[in-house]
Amino acid sequence: MGETITFWVLAVVSVGAALGMVFNRKAVYSALMLGTVMLCLAVLYAVQDAPFLAAVQIIVYTGAVMMLFLFVLMLVGVDSSDSLVETLKGQRVWAALAAVGFAALVILAIGNAVFAKEAGLASAIGQAGYIRALALLLFTKYVFAFEITSALLITAALGAMVLAHRERLTVRPTQKDLARARFLGGRPSPLPGPGTYARNNAIDMPALLPDGSVAEGSVNRYIARYDVEQGHLPEDPKLAEAIKHRAAVESAESAESVEEESK
Amino acid sequence: MESPAEIVQHTAGGMIGASWLMIAFPLLGAAILLILGRMTNRWGHLLGVAMSLASFVVAVLTFLELIGLPADQRRQAVRLYEFIPGMVDMGLLIDPLSISFALLITGVGSLIHIYSIGYMAHDPERRRFFSYLNLFVAAMLLLVLAHNYVGLFIGWEGVGLASYLLIGFWQFKPSAAVAAKKAFIVNRVGDFGLLVGMFIILATFHTLTFSDLGAQIAKSPPSGGAITAIGLLLLLGACGKSAQLPLQSWLLDAMEGPTPVSALIHAATMVTAGVYLVVRSGAFFFPPDSAQALAVSIVGAATLLAGAIIGCAKDDIKKGLAGSTMSQIGYMMLGAGLGPVGYAFAIGHLITHGFFKADMFLGAGSVMHAMNDEVDMRKYGGLRKFMPLTFVTFFVGYLAIIGFPLLSGYFTKDGIIETAVHHQPILGWLAVLGAGITGFYMSRMVFMTFFGEKRWEKDAHPHESPAVMTWPLILLSIGAVFLGGYLILSNRLMDFLAPAVGAPPLSERPEFDPFSTAGLATLALVAVGAGFAWVRYGRAEVPAVAPRGSFLTTFARRDLFGDALNESLFMRPGQWLTRFAVYFDNRGVDGLVNGLAAGIGGTSGRLRRIQTGFARTYALSILFGAALLAGALLLVGNI
Amino acid sequence: MTTHYLVLSGLLFAIGAMGVLIRRNAIVVFMCVELMLNACNLAFVAFARQNGNLEGQIIAFFVMVVAAAEVVVGLAIIVTIFRTRRSASVDDANLLKY
Repeated sequence: MGETITFWVLAVVSVGAALGMVFNRKAVYSALMLGTVMLCLAVLYAVQDAPFLAAVQIIVYTGAVMMLFLFVLMLVGVDSSDSLVETLKGQRVWAALAAVGFAALVILAIGNAVFAKEAGLASAIGQAGYIRALALLLFTKYVFAFEITSALLITAALGAMVLAHRERLTVRPTQKDLARARFLGGRPSPLPGPGTYARNNAIDMPALLPDGSVAEGSVNRYIARYDVEQGHLPEDPKLAEAIKHRAAVESAESAESVEEESK
Repeated sequence: MESPAEIVQHTAGGMIGASWLMIAFPLLGAAILLILGRMTNRWGHLLGVAMSLASFVVAVLTFLELIGLPADQRRQAVRLYEFIPGMVDMGLLIDPLSISFALLITGVGSLIHIYSIGYMAHDPERRRFFSYLNLFVAAMLLLVLAHNYVGLFIGWEGVGLASYLLIGFWQFKPSAAVAAKKAFIVNRVGDFGLLVGMFIILATFHTLTFSDLGAQIAKSPPSGGAITAIGLLLLLGACGKSAQLPLQSWLLDAMEGPTPVSALIHAATMVTAGVYLVVRSGAFFFPPDSAQALAVSIVGAATLLAGAIIGCAKDDIKKGLAGSTMSQIGYMMLGAGLGPVGYAFAIGHLITHGFFKADMFLGAGSVMHAMNDEVDMRKYGGLRKFMPLTFVTFFVGYLAIIGFPLLSGYFTKDGIIETAVHHQPILGWLAVLGAGITGFYMSRMVFMTFFGEKRWEKDAHPHESPAVMTWPLILLSIGAVFLGGYLILSNRLMDFLAPAVGAPPLSERPEFDPFSTAGLATLALVAVGAGFAWVRYGRAEVPAVAPRGSFLTTFARRDLFGDALNESLFMRPGQWLTRFAVYFDNRGVDGLVNGLAAGIGGTSGRLRRIQTGFARTYALSILFGAALLAGALLLVGNI
Repeated sequence: MTTHYLVLSGLLFAIGAMGVLIRRNAIVVFMCVELMLNACNLAFVAFARQNGNLEGQIIAFFVMVVAAAEVVVGLAIIVTIFRTRRSASVDDANLLKY
């Protein structure tokens, strides 16, 4: 009875979360939904006499793999959400049709099958105990497979390093080079901090210089861009102009850097 | 009927054992001249002559040794080496027949070699010419000396090759190149007959060696369809090589070669190979009233008339002589078709013809040499005063060929005619008619060339040829005078050849009778022909440009429409066939193949659009596939 | 109960497959693949209990290992692609075509 209730609750949650994962535009939410599904599955493993797998599921999947996903998402850009427009003609309709058809067929097949009362793992575990029984299988019958997985993991780790590694094409600049570049550039001093002579303490407000003019460099350019996009501009036209200018500089620079990367 | 003697294996050494030197000398000469090339330019012709003379010496010594043997021992087979293991050994058969040919080939061949030194003196390729001549002599000797059909066939093809090379010797002349090709191709037809005939012999008798064949035939005389087929196929081969109807067309064009070649190959020796083949294969043309023997006689009679008619209309002196050659070989074939009773006359005429025709060809060459290589007799005339030696020798040859009493041709040709009249009266009287025509066209040739008014081109300065050219003429004309009488009177040649080819029974043994009906009729017709020629060409003026003439003249000028017949029967249908094949290949085969390729290309071009590059599209098709698979498994009830 | 688990497994698998087909963000596509693998694992565990046999769990364990390796390499590839193309969309990587 307890298992039935657990199943139905978790089944509803996991299917809902899975659908949410597929249909959520934001990748971070998708990742969280996937985490939910995995936790649900971990509990379902535990219910089905597989506590070791449940633990591994939580540690490997919800712990390591999901963290990796989120990490890469952060690397790639959290805010990059899919557009709603489907570019491939008929892809969604056919995908839905295929998925529904496949699910229907699988369910039909399972529904047609008649299962005996499940045997339970008691006899398989025997006297040794669950973990010992698993270990016995893993280190005797499946020892070669196990060893091969270790090789696979090492290869994968090496592969990931090779793939993610970027070759340095230029000599690493020294402290001296950086200093020289700074003094040769337009501004040897650090950027002015925000809020000097400020009339409010918001971080997106540019500072005023002693002569009363606006210090453009005091506002973070990303914040400036966000303000321009969202329309959060101060009422003072002088400050608003400075923020717009700062945002324009940022978008030009980012375009340049994209070009450089693509070269 | 006396059958040929048995062939004995020659064991003692002596000259017969060394008779292979006859072939080896000229072959070595050809090899040296061809391999060393230009290095031998200065002395190449001398080497060629020396090799030919050496071969002649060997032939004479062999001949002397052979006649030293008793008559029934005069067929000596000399085994040289194993040629095709288990089937055929290479070896020579030295018997009266082959040694007669060998003497003719090396003797006349050597004279023509010597003559060529003078004739080809100004040709930069003289050394190559002599190498081909030597090659020819070697191949021709192999042809007549081989003791089996395989060796004979190798020689047969060898002389065909030499003939091709020599006809096309001046290959810068398109006409020479075409004539060489024509000779080669027409000869292939005959060679095909010879080859198939050899196949049937091998299938029927399981051997191609003359001695084994002779033994088998002596044990059980063959008969039936296979023998008829062998005989007719060998006749086809003989027709190809000897320019007999219907394979005569190449011989007239073959006159494109240098004149010594025409004299040696296309008059004296190679073209007589067909007669040799028929006589050597006598067992397959026996009895003389069998279909195949009759076919030989008919072919001979038809060709002797055709050649004579062609000879009447040719203004080209060499082509006239070529027509005459065809005609004379026709006589030989007629004689050979009559069986043992005619063999001696056929071979005798062959030998004497070798002398007087070579004599006349070389005489014609001498005239051409004097007249800036002009061959049109209408531009000769009155040459006897300017080239007395050439005229005398040519005139002797002329008298011999028309059968002037007591000269060579008189005995041999008369022999053939009389035997033919006796055994095949219709063909015999046709031969008499042919002799009359011979009298006409040969007289026409002599009158147009040596008598009458000068009709020369302006720059012609006729002169007598050098001694190196005239001495062969003199020697040949001596042969043309005396050889026939020596061979025929008291049946010397017949008795000499009897061990090789058999002899007629004593009752049919011909005796020379100068006053037989046929002989007198022949003489009368020849006299009429010569007189008519005198009226037309000796006394009357010869127009410098050939008159249009009657239909008969055109008929003869155009080689009895032989080329037209060949063209319409074989060439045009062949061209149509190739055109159709090309059309079929272009449209049918190429169309099919290209269409298939285009179809596959087009389909692929459309199908490749499926490869969009979008991973999601591929994944969709995979999922569909999986769903279909699951559905199929469900349907068949495996789940 | 096995039937229930299997049906749930099938549903999750189909949802994951649909996600692979619909989503363009490579990372989300990867998540969907993981979902499909997890659905398979659920079926393995259910079958292990049904048949009284631990090998299903062992296989599920191996699947997890392989999935972990796959995620590591796959994400590294995504990072590399993103670094050069400034995009994580699977549709943008479509040069390998006709």
